[in-house]
Amino acid sequence: MTATRPADDAQLAVTPDAERAGGQGVPGGLSAPPVRGASEAVGSRREILYFVLRSRKVIVAAAILVVMIVLAVVGPILRPGDPNALVGPLASPPSADYWFGTTTFGQDIFAQFVAGLGASFLVGLAGGGLAAVIGVVIGFVAGYRGGIVDEILSMLTNVVLVIPTLALLLVATAYLAARGLLVEAAFIGLTSWPWAARAIRAQTFSLKSREFVDLARISGVSSWRVIFGEIAPNMSSYLFLTFVLLFGGAILIAASLDFIGLGPTDGTSLGLMMYNAVAWSALQLGLWWWFVPPGIAITAIVGALYVMNVGLDEIFNPRLRES
Amino acid sequence: MLSLDRVSKSYKVGLFGGTDLPAVRDVSFSLQPGEVISLIGESGSGKSTIGKMILRLLSVNRGTISHDGTDISTLRGTALRAYYRTVQGVFQDPFSSFNPIFKADHVFGLIRGVYFGSASAAEWERRVDEALQAVTLDPGQVLGKYPHQLSGGQLQRLLIARALLLDTRYLVADEIISMLDASTRIDVLNLLGDLKARGLGILFITHDLSLGNYISERTVILRRGQIVEMGPTPAVFGKPLHPYTRMLIASVPQLHVKWGRLEAGERAGTGWTPAATEPCRYHGELLASGASASTAALAASGLVEIEDGHFTGCVSPNADGTCGGRPTTAS
Amino acid sequence: MSLQVTDLRVYYRTLAGDVKALDGVTLGIADGEIMGLAGESGCGKSTFGNSLIRIEGRMKHVGGTVTLDGVPLPIDDQREMDHFRFAEVSIIPQYAMSALNPTRKIGKMVAELLATRGVRYRDAREELERRIVLVGLSRDVLDRYPIELSGGMKQRMVMVVSTLLDPSLLIADEITSALDVSSQRAVAQTLVEFRDRGFVKSMIVVTHDVSILYQISNTLAIMYAGKLAEKAPTEVMMSRPRHPYTRLLISSLPEIGVRFEEQRLSGIPGTPPSLLNPPTGCRFRDRCPLAIAKCAEEEPPFVEIEPGHSVACWMAT
Repeated sequence: MTATRPADDAQLAVTPDAERAGGQGVPGGLSAPPVRGASEAVGSRREILYFVLRSRKVIVAAAILVVMIVLAVVGPILRPGDPNALVGPLASPPSADYWFGTTTFGQDIFAQFVAGLGASFLVGLAGGGLAAVIGVVIGFVAGYRGGIVDEILSMLTNVVLVIPTLALLLVATAYLAARGLLVEAAFIGLTSWPWAARAIRAQTFSLKSREFVDLARISGVSSWRVIFGEIAPNMSSYLFLTFVLLFGGAILIAASLDFIGLGPTDGTSLGLMMYNAVAWSALQLGLWWWFVPPGIAITAIVGALYVMNVGLDEIFNPRLRES
Repeated sequence: MLSLDRVSKSYKVGLFGGTDLPAVRDVSFSLQPGEVISLIGESGSGKSTIGKMILRLLSVNRGTISHDGTDISTLRGTALRAYYRTVQGVFQDPFSSFNPIFKADHVFGLIRGVYFGSASAAEWERRVDEALQAVTLDPGQVLGKYPHQLSGGQLQRLLIARALLLDTRYLVADEIISMLDASTRIDVLNLLGDLKARGLGILFITHDLSLGNYISERTVILRRGQIVEMGPTPAVFGKPLHPYTRMLIASVPQLHVKWGRLEAGERAGTGWTPAATEPCRYHGELLASGASASTAALAASGLVEIEDGHFTGCVSPNADGTCGGRPTTAS
Repeated sequence: MSLQVTDLRVYYRTLAGDVKALDGVTLGIADGEIMGLAGESGCGKSTFGNSLIRIEGRMKHVGGTVTLDGVPLPIDDQREMDHFRFAEVSIIPQYAMSALNPTRKIGKMVAELLATRGVRYRDAREELERRIVLVGLSRDVLDRYPIELSGGMKQRMVMVVSTLLDPSLLIADEITSALDVSSQRAVAQTLVEFRDRGFVKSMIVVTHDVSILYQISNTLAIMYAGKLAEKAPTEVMMSRPRHPYTRLLISSLPEIGVRFEEQRLSGIPGTPPSLLNPPTGCRFRDRCPLAIAKCAEEEPPFVEIEPGHSVACWMAT
């Protein structure tokens, strides 16, 4: 609030009405109170929990995710073995033996489904996690250092942002004959970090101007400890939300890539299931049980993650809450 | 001794950083332990910039800030940490100075980690208690609490205690009481006065003239990055030489004297602007002021000594700060 | 009687209960009077000012009435209050400088505002320009965007806009706090001029800075912890304050000429009580040097001890 911009006339900061005496102070003015940063004091953790338990969005979304995770974990136990094995009658609809029916080759769709769920979650975690790490580090460094370092990193961020990832992937597939899940995750991680870096950089800029950062600096604390010890904890909800979005985004990107055939060359995933379903004319043949489950699953997972993100944002950002 | 010698800082703004925006221009003064200097200026005067430069939070473009003869911009690593033991700061917004997610004594923890790593728990506790007593805070009431559970006055005192923990000799107090209520202001101010008596040198940065007058031995008046008047506080307030100082003093609402009527020209509230055609009445002295060693640096920055220790800047400066007046023919 | 407030109570809803920010305030303001309302943060002065114009968000009107020029003000009915806002009751808000929409030219914003009251911009333009010049701005400010103006200029522009329809009552909420000392004087004295020229009939100036109030207000009211402590004509308040809080407050203000070595001023130790569960009796008793047993049991009523001078203190009556 007291940045030293010379040419501005009236910058003397906010009135003593901003001072809260005794802990239960009354909001001084009703119009545009000063911005106090992304997170409330820890003392209001209980308040956050209160809102979490009351937020329909978060509860419903979390429930959907839990169901999917349970399926992904328990499923392969119920149906052990190679999900791509030919086990049953060809192209048969859901029945007591094969809950989701079989493919045109006689593969158990339910087995594929639960294995695919696991694969999708793995890619989401690995790819989203990698993107998060890169984005966070670059965002913090650019935001904290400013100046020429910020210029260079921002340029890098913008370049990666506008690179056509599809074209890049096509080139990569031409060179990599066999691709596994990890390669796909690495690819997603290396190309989807820019927007996270920009968001983190912006937040870091605004937190850097807070006086507790200056205070840490004049306490002889090193820059890295200032970033991770003072700034990052203040943005913990923001960082969490960033990860949630990256996770969901990675799953969606992976499914899309699999669907157009640029995914892993072995194994199975939800997107691969849909790719195969289209490749073998499931729609024309009326084999709805082949592509409907994976489709619904992808939509449900990604949708739930986004809705949870919105719900959590409302909780962490008090100004979005209803009174 | 902490001294500033022709310190200047400017910011690069505009497209591709083409334009130079001067924030501080040719500022020179020095601070001794046991004295309070009030640095008074309105917004945009550069007073906070000076405070931050002393604390090494901003870099100096020209000129030097030295501590006991050493240029502080050369300090690194251990030497820098040693500097922070001697020179500390307290800032304006107590609620912004504390990281809201940690307890208030986190700021002590930071100090302990860097400077008192080898001290035992009992020794540390003793030091903390001593520092809190010196700022009249009850350890039981403030330790272990979150910042939002304490009042602004308590938080500012905690920050002063933090500086005392380091046995600091110089304190940069940047508008530290402007966000406190009237009833707590005086208490924190009196605390500073007591610490001064114990040997602390304080740079009291403020926009409030009455507070500066209350607490300081010397006063520096800053306008648009330049010093326009400087001297012993009773002299600056009692016999202000520069028209800007006089305007500031006249604008302060007093408790027993009413303001006069506003002139038409004063309505815009733009304060004082130098009249380009008015001859600077000090110009003659400026020309005549000799190269006496102690005043040479000051004369170079456009200040001339009118009486003992009481300096004033040019009354009609050019845009770049040099004297723009014509010498007066009358004496 | 221009404004009459009777036992006004406005609380804030919070998760922990009701914060009794304004707990029974009764006062009257005459035509042509500028009343200064001072106190420390959390005392309720801003709540008072805001409740007269807009009760919103977590505020709730719990009791009491407000009458302006003989007509009751429907402060808790947003729709009904719309007829009074801007035309009869107006406010210069605390963050007036951010009250201007940055994407609108100032002239356009004024035109839109007037349109909501059914006043044509063309009809009001001449008077608008006259007032803009009066406050020391130039006419072309109407063609500028807010970002081109300095803080003091924006503050004065908001002053002109808020009083354009000659309201009966103007509430100025901490309008000088964020300004430099040179603009402060100009803004404060302009406020008085608005009253002198009849643009506004009466004013409530809310601020923590008692010295500015001394300069411009006719009467001074001091609030503490949601209640009125003392109210008197300014000269009387300065020379004969009766409430211990007022006396301590005034004596803690450093004036030019008072120096630490010669005369050590003292503040008021302690902090105001929590308004979630205010203490019984007088709310100032914990910090009061004159408190007696009665102060803890019974709340002192706000009574008139001489014409125009009222105090809420057992020791003063």
